[in-house]
Amino acid sequence: MKLGVLIVFGLLSAIPAAHAQEVSLQLSISNHRFQPAEIRAPAGRPINLKVINADATPEEFESKDLRVERVIPGKGQTIFKLRPLQPGRYRFFGDFNEATANRFLVVE
Amino acid sequence: MIAALIIVFREVLEAGLIVGIVMAVTRGVPGSTLWINGGIIAGVAGACGVALFVSAIANAFNGVGQDVLNGVVLAIAASMLIWHNIWMAQHGREMTADLQQAGKAVVEGQTGLLSLAIVVAVAVLREGSEIVLFLFGVAAGGGETWPHMLAGSLAGLLAGALVGTAAYAGLTILPPKLLFRATTILIALLAAGMAAQSIGFLEQADILPQSSPLWNSSSVLSQQSLTGRIMHTLIGYIDQPSLLQLITYGAVILVNFGPFLQTARHQGHLRR
Repeated sequence: MKLGVLIVFGLLSAIPAAHAQEVSLQLSISNHRFQPAEIRAPAGRPINLKVINADATPEEFESKDLRVERVIPGKGQTIFKLRPLQPGRYRFFGDFNEATANRFLVVE
Repeated sequence: MIAALIIVFREVLEAGLIVGIVMAVTRGVPGSTLWINGGIIAGVAGACGVALFVSAIANAFNGVGQDVLNGVVLAIAASMLIWHNIWMAQHGREMTADLQQAGKAVVEGQTGLLSLAIVVAVAVLREGSEIVLFLFGVAAGGGETWPHMLAGSLAGLLAGALVGTAAYAGLTILPPKLLFRATTILIALLAAGMAAQSIGFLEQADILPQSSPLWNSSSVLSQQSLTGRIMHTLIGYIDQPSLLQLITYGAVILVNFGPFLQTARHQGHLRR
């Protein structure tokens, strides 16, 4: 019982520590294109990625590399909590307009 | 037009494969067409509902409403498939030799058809809601392109349905005993894949802990390629899976085949 409480307490105290190092990034979609054209993030830190859909039409933000897929309603926004990433290039795209909406998140 | 065709095709393809398999499983069972059509209609209605309330769903649960919805419906569908296979292992024991009788085993427990109808509904809902949202966008965009987009979408729908029909036809030309075995394996793999997908959505929602993928096989078979998509639907192929997804996948396979192994052992003993 005591041990359980200790473990729970330990886990709870570990969470804010992880959040303290969080990196916040922002992307917007307009005319089915991502802006800015390039986003960068440091390796090994959890990422808060906010995606704003400035278009009136819905878009599905998707990335197999980042392991996310979520529909963002027209004029809507969403926040993805991403795991700490290894250095590399992570492709993301708008599933409904992949021809124009596709970019990379560069982690270094 | 081509873009619309491709988007609609790949969504219909995924749902179509599942519907095709379920139709093959329940072929010859009285009332099965009614149940499956009911599942499709419920799925289409659900897809329109999801598309209509996309903003409300997106904002639910602190912005992860969609992930929760996807995770939950996939978990339900996976459970239904597992339940179906376990039920067939227990009740279809002496009937496996003959499809008609195996079918009867399903109908004797009407809930068997209900569980498969739910699977169909979930598949149509998930893929359908994306089509409806995409078409919303097309219609909202207006202009001269939308008749082309609509034509492309219809062509995509037909092409996707054709693949589902091909899956059904391909399965049902098998002799009954082989068909039963094939669909049992297919359903186990479908269930494992859906369960792993469900885990993926809960990880994305940060409800389950996120971890780095175990491997990246996208260079060998990308999940975005046509083959990758088909394998994703059929066997739950994920090119960058997490440990939790892999464990879930393995566990579901074990749960599915456990009763069959027992049955086989049981029959082995009897023969001796």
